[in-house]
Amino acid sequence: MTEAILKHRVGLLDAVPRGEGRVFEVAGQRLAVFRTHGDQVFATQEHCPHLGGPLADGLIDRGTVICPLHDRTYDLRSGAGVNTECQVRTYPASVGADGAIVVEVGQD
Amino acid sequence: MDGMTFGSTVRKLVVIGNGMAGARAVEEVLARGGAEQFSITMFGDEPYGNYNRILLSNILSGQQDHSEIYINPLDWYKENSIRLHSGARVTHIDRAARVVTADNGVQEEYDILLIATGSRAFIPPMEGVWAEGGRLRPGIFAFRGIDDCNAIVAEAARSKRAAVIGGGLLGLEAARGLLNHGCEVHVIHLGQHLMDMQLDTAGGAMLRRAMEGMGVQVHLGKMTTTVLLEGEKVAGLRFKDGTELACDMVVVSAGIRPNAEIGSRAGLTVERAIVVDNTMRSPDDPHIYAVGECVQHRGKVYGLVAPLWDQAKVFADQVTGANTGAEYLGSKLATKLKVMGVELASMGITEPASDADEVIQFSEPKRGTYKKLIVRDGRLVGGILMGDISKAAYLMQAFDRDSRLPDERLELLFDLGAPPQKVTLDEMPVDAQVCNCNGVSKGAIGACVADGARSGSAVMKATRAGMGCGSCKGLVNELVEWFCGGEAEEDPSIHYYVPAIPLAKPELVAKIREQGLRSVSAVFAALAPQGEDAASKPPLASLLATIWAGEYEDERDARFINDRVHANIQKDGTFSVVPEMAGGVCTPAELMRIAQVAVKYQVPLVKLTGGQRIDLVGIAKADLPGVWQDLDMPAGTAWGKSYRTCKSCIGTEFCRFGLGDSMGLATRIERRFRGIDSPAKMKLATAGCPRNCSEAMVKDVGLVAIGDDKWEIYVGGAAGAHIRKGDLLCVVEGEDAAMQISGRFMQYYREHAKWKERTYSFVPRIGLERIRAIVVDDADGTAEALDQAMLASVEAAYDPWKEAVKPRTANQFADVVQAEMVGGGDD
Ligand code: SRM
Ligand SMILES: Cc1cc2nc3c(=O)[nH]c(=O)nc-3n(C[C@H](O)[C@H](O)[C@H](O)COP(=O)(O)OP(=O)(O)OC[C@H]3O[C@@H](n4cnc5c(N)ncnc54)[C@H](O)[C@@H]3O)c2cc1C
Ligand code: SF4
Ligand code: FES
Repeated sequence: MTEAILKHRVGLLDAVPRGEGRVFEVAGQRLAVFRTHGDQVFATQEHCPHLGGPLADGLIDRGTVICPLHDRTYDLRSGAGVNTECQVRTYPASVGADGAIVVEVGQD
Repeated sequence: MDGMTFGSTVRKLVVIGNGMAGARAVEEVLARGGAEQFSITMFGDEPYGNYNRILLSNILSGQQDHSEIYINPLDWYKENSIRLHSGARVTHIDRAARVVTADNGVQEEYDILLIATGSRAFIPPMEGVWAEGGRLRPGIFAFRGIDDCNAIVAEAARSKRAAVIGGGLLGLEAARGLLNHGCEVHVIHLGQHLMDMQLDTAGGAMLRRAMEGMGVQVHLGKMTTTVLLEGEKVAGLRFKDGTELACDMVVVSAGIRPNAEIGSRAGLTVERAIVVDNTMRSPDDPHIYAVGECVQHRGKVYGLVAPLWDQAKVFADQVTGANTGAEYLGSKLATKLKVMGVELASMGITEPASDADEVIQFSEPKRGTYKKLIVRDGRLVGGILMGDISKAAYLMQAFDRDSRLPDERLELLFDLGAPPQKVTLDEMPVDAQVCNCNGVSKGAIGACVADGARSGSAVMKATRAGMGCGSCKGLVNELVEWFCGGEAEEDPSIHYYVPAIPLAKPELVAKIREQGLRSVSAVFAALAPQGEDAASKPPLASLLATIWAGEYEDERDARFINDRVHANIQKDGTFSVVPEMAGGVCTPAELMRIAQVAVKYQVPLVKLTGGQRIDLVGIAKADLPGVWQDLDMPAGTAWGKSYRTCKSCIGTEFCRFGLGDSMGLATRIERRFRGIDSPAKMKLATAGCPRNCSEAMVKDVGLVAIGDDKWEIYVGGAAGAHIRKGDLLCVVEGEDAAMQISGRFMQYYREHAKWKERTYSFVPRIGLERIRAIVVDDADGTAEALDQAMLASVEAAYDPWKEAVKPRTANQFADVVQAEMVGGGDD
């Protein structure tokens, strides 16, 4: 069964400051989108699976995000928990030629 | 995945029950090379990996969180090639065919079967307790598993008044946990005193006082006959004596019943539980063993974990052939109550059995201290320790090992003279149990150190000592230190200022200065071997702000969310806003604006804080700029690792005892130091006289007027997570001097404290004498530099709420940014 994957242009890279995250509403769904200092972009589910912390408000480096509420840390690529059993969903994200952030979201 | 082929020597081990005993037994088997001998399959009817049931009490009280109590995560099963059928309940054992069947249809053959089904909560007969289909009525709960715990927490949030039936160990832990959820809590106990299995009358009475002191109401000698209902909802309890208690939820904790039915159905001997011999085997079937709470050994059924660790070892020794002579000979029971705020340990009998038994007793009811030991033939057969349990570790060992007690009985209850800790560690026998939860002996800790572990944390990780209820952690650390000959190694990284850079603070500061690193990215690029590290960012940002003041390059991504949006994040992702109210004073106009803002933005809660100001709680991020603009007051910096507040009392202005203008000085302090970054919060207070109404003696810096324009300056005080009376640094004359010395102290602290090290740790670490020499007497000739550095920071400070009109970063205050779609379809 193939799931329909939709590519969404969520906005220009500059909508997210370097080293931070922002919440975007993409086709009715909210995602946390991050931009690293190296201008790589990542997208995860909006809320931390622990107690719903806003992941976009977390501290990031080039590979992980720390939830601002209780410091659970997740790998931005795989979504795997670094110091926790919890894990988050991630979405493929990239920067298009026109400088826009593109996120792939499955349709369900 | 059943297509695996096994060599003829590989036997099939099937375990029913994935609880504390079952999983430990498998670990012990693996530790004896069992992975080569057995293919292992486990059934557990709880849909989880294996967790530490003991810690459910902490989950209920909110001290710990689910993810922290797993012993073996699902990966562990994978790594050890254990097949786990979780959420599957074994219903049938076919002993002839050696096959077990679960309720989901799964069947497994076995060569060795281990029954470790544990027990369940006993629900005494009460009218109204059961709903249709044999379930407990909504609003009534047992307290045994994670699901129970979650259901109790959810109900407690809605509940006004909870009743716990049963005043034993578990019932009291449940009651204490419920208190934290804000309901009124009643404990209903059948016996004449609490914890009657572990305490005597006097101890029970004292425990009752302690529980009542915390707010738990205790009802003794009450037998519950009926759960009263209002429609389908629980409305109260009726007791045998005709009295009633209104309540809207009930937790039943009236004992346990072994899950032994599976054994009787299979034709095994079951009395109170599944009967086993000294090898943990059923006398009826050489292929079947049992361990844990579902077991009856020599007529005894246990309800604590210590015995099952021993049982698991014997089982593993037997089935792997590691030691076929291994025998389980029964356990002696000692317990500690895990109720926050009550120190209680108990072991063995609670009353002397005959006149020959010697009783040593000490009681100081006012302080909640009670100690009682029962000695027979010079050996400890029972003990109760309440209030002060400093001798518990020693006594529990003496009890467990049946060792001879010293003749000086008083030493048993108190540490006399010099701290005898070293002696005690020396004297402690090698096989004395240190961690009762995980069955780790002094010898095992020694072996672990000999194998190369050099720190407490390494030993705890390797042996699991201290990983149960945690009450033995101190002792484990001391033993590691002792085994290392006092040279236990610290993990070198504990000296680093941040994890990503292998430098202590002074070296780091020197490098930053030398290389002129003014931004967090520059520091990572120059000094961090692995580059950027999220957790290291805020401490570096704070340090750079201290070093460079106005010349620091403020990269917002290096700041915690609070410092990006200048408010304190709350559990639901909203923020709290606390405007500055220097000295606790505000004008009527400001008060009205606060009220108007609260109305306009429908602020869910307006609260007076413990810091003498007003908190607007529950504000959406997107509303922050509007709120600040409408308030038109400076930020109170109630969110950061920075200068926070200066509380004050009414002082000379109005108070008949006032000796100094505490309100005026507090206002000056607030205006000068607001917004200054620091390694941890700096909270100040001024008091107009030594009556100390503003609690200045327990602040990071406290100024107390003593008359003649003189101020005492206290530093390193605390009354938060730690309580410490501040140390008197000096007495100065005049407000200017008071401000100067306070500022100099704060600057010294900013430059030298570790990240998140409050002054209550910093001052004792550096030593008051040394601080005084530098800050007051200028022994190092650095006073001028400290004053200058503080002045530079004061001048660089700004009111971040001004960003309301001039945001610093893109979408800084957006709750959500709308996106547009460009393409679609499969790729
Ligand atoms: C709002 C307030 C409670 C109140 O309603 O009164 C409060 C709220 C919080 N305190 Fe506090 N503390 C408040 C006064 C205090 C006080 C009393 C005081 O300041 O005089 C103390 C004891 C003094 C002290 O700081 O030691 C206090 C000791 C703590 C501690 C323990 C610090 C310690 O090391 O001992 C923490 C935890 C921490 O800092 O890690 C803490 C942490 C917190 C946090 C920030 C938890 C957090 O990290 O998010 C709370 C934020 C709640 C929220 O949703 O905004 N709060 N907290 C008080 C704000 C005062 C203000 O006007 O700025
Ligand atoms: C809240 C709480 C606090 C406690 N505090 C302490 C303490 O401080 N100190 C202490 O020593 N002890 C304490 N205990 C007791 C301790 O938890 C138990 O002694 C221990 O868990 C018993 O281990 P067990 O493996 O025999 O049973 P359990 O841990 O109950 O494991 C049995 C498992 O088998 C499963 N099972 C049952 N029947 C079947 C079946 N037919 N098929 C498949 N699976 C099945 C059960 O669902 C369960 O998961 C506490 C208990 C609770 C509930
Ligand atoms: S406000 Fe302070 S004391 Fe109250 S719950 Fe939060 S951190 Fe704890
Ligand atoms: S909500 Fe994310 S760590 Fe708790």
